[in-house]
Amino acid sequence: MLLLLFRLSFLSFFPSLSLSQHFAPTGTKPHHRISVSLNFKQRKQREEKRRMMMKLDTSGLESFSAAVPSAMAAAEDQLFAPPSFDLPAGCADFDKFQMEAKQTLKHAKGTTTLAFIFNQGVIVAADSRASMGGYISSQSVKKIIEINPYMLGTMAGGAADCQFWHRNLGIKCRLHELANKRRISVTGASKLLANILYSYRGMGLSIGTMIAGWDEKGPGLYYVDSEGGRLKGNRFSVGSGSPYAYGVLDNGYRPDMTVDEAHELARRAIYHATFRDGASGGVVSVYHVGPNGWKKLSGDDVSELHYKYYPVQPTPVEHEMVDAPPA
Amino acid sequence: MALRGDWMYENNGGTCVAIAGIDYCVVAADTRLSVGYNILTRDHSKICSLADKVVLASSGFQGDIRALHKNLAARHLLYQHQHNKQMSCPAMGQLLSNTLYYKRFFPYYAFNVLGGLDNEGKGCVFTYDAVGSYERVGYSAQGSGSSLIMPVLDNQLKSPSPLLLPARDAVTPLSETEAVDLVKDVFASATERDIYTGDKLEIVVINASGIKREYLELRKD
Repeated sequence: MLLLLFRLSFLSFFPSLSLSQHFAPTGTKPHHRISVSLNFKQRKQREEKRRMMMKLDTSGLESFSAAVPSAMAAAEDQLFAPPSFDLPAGCADFDKFQMEAKQTLKHAKGTTTLAFIFNQGVIVAADSRASMGGYISSQSVKKIIEINPYMLGTMAGGAADCQFWHRNLGIKCRLHELANKRRISVTGASKLLANILYSYRGMGLSIGTMIAGWDEKGPGLYYVDSEGGRLKGNRFSVGSGSPYAYGVLDNGYRPDMTVDEAHELARRAIYHATFRDGASGGVVSVYHVGPNGWKKLSGDDVSELHYKYYPVQPTPVEHEMVDAPPA
Repeated sequence: MALRGDWMYENNGGTCVAIAGIDYCVVAADTRLSVGYNILTRDHSKICSLADKVVLASSGFQGDIRALHKNLAARHLLYQHQHNKQMSCPAMGQLLSNTLYYKRFFPYYAFNVLGGLDNEGKGCVFTYDAVGSYERVGYSAQGSGSSLIMPVLDNQLKSPSPLLLPARDAVTPLSETEAVDLVKDVFASATERDIYTGDKLEIVVINASGIKREYLELRKD
């Protein structure tokens, strides 16, 4: 058990190394992954064996008196019983404990982010609410991360995961520039991130991000997630509010929009998502990525946008409510 | 946020608050250490002074917090040897975030608030979750009483979001004494309704002239 803990904490201190040998978070000795094409049954059997080897043999820790059941022994028990204690709760099934630990200690996936390509570049927009269960932990989270002056990443899922790995991606992009004397393409950057996330597949990272940028081939947009998926596309929306954002976005999208029209479309789409989705809210940020890099177009509080889009109509009332006179 | 308490972690309770001002920063935490319904001590400090201008307050599992503070203090010492100067608050903020994320798969059960002065002398508060996600804010509360205290701070100190364009300043216009009074009020109220908060309040104020410490007695029940 102690060995397991040591291995796991070693693992966690170097998250950016390739982890092919240390991938299995269980007690088996590291094995080389030669054949990738195991069928489903073989994979299941292997998992079963691994899980069985996990069960700890705790017979040595049981009370000695339990082995000698007699009236004499029972009386002796009270006087000479060796001290015994229960193992702490997490020890029997450490994998399950670890899964639960990761689940409880990270942000939920409530958010709305979107990005789309049009003739003038890429528009990226997001809300700014972070929730932990039902509690709003922050209304001012930066969900659009500036990887470098011409590339943006969006954040959905675990806030710490997104922040850390986007920063790591920024470092890798810079190293690529220094090593190759040219900027990295959006394709390349998204592939770097997707490969890192794939190597952590199954370990509980939660990232749903879009990498948007402008490189030599023009505007680029990729969706990358922690399951290892990577998709190239023209329009994406990620998060719990994405269905609402898609409705507005798909309705108003035209490839030949001006920058202002695209800006307004993105802002409205996020606003409508925050209106209907409880886990989205705060401030709508909209960025534009053009041939000279990204520029932040606007940051508007959602409640102010509401009254701008739907101004209060004065309605006749019978009794006007007035403030109580100051005492 | 309620967490089940019977596994490898333990929740020792407590609340931490920090408020950033124009040229000062107030960091405060209660001094009660509890396990379940028992109070283990009334005199345990949750605040760690990491550098001249940087103070860290953490609540959660005190075993992990002790280890985390030691880790950061050691890293700061190394930094001083290598760079011949103290770490600034934003630098320490990034270091803490990375330290927390490096234990992403067996987290430090610590909810942190980092307070200090930035390179321009303005108040600077960073708030963290347990795995290292952080942001710079004007004020923050973490710990068992945070959901009681944050709404009051939002009401009194609500500052324009740093995401708004055109950008507006996030630090509060309150004076130092007003901010300290607010902190005392807020803890007194939290003590009334949170069983894990109470006994004594430790208030640390950082400004251009250094770090000042003050104590206030709270309800001991």
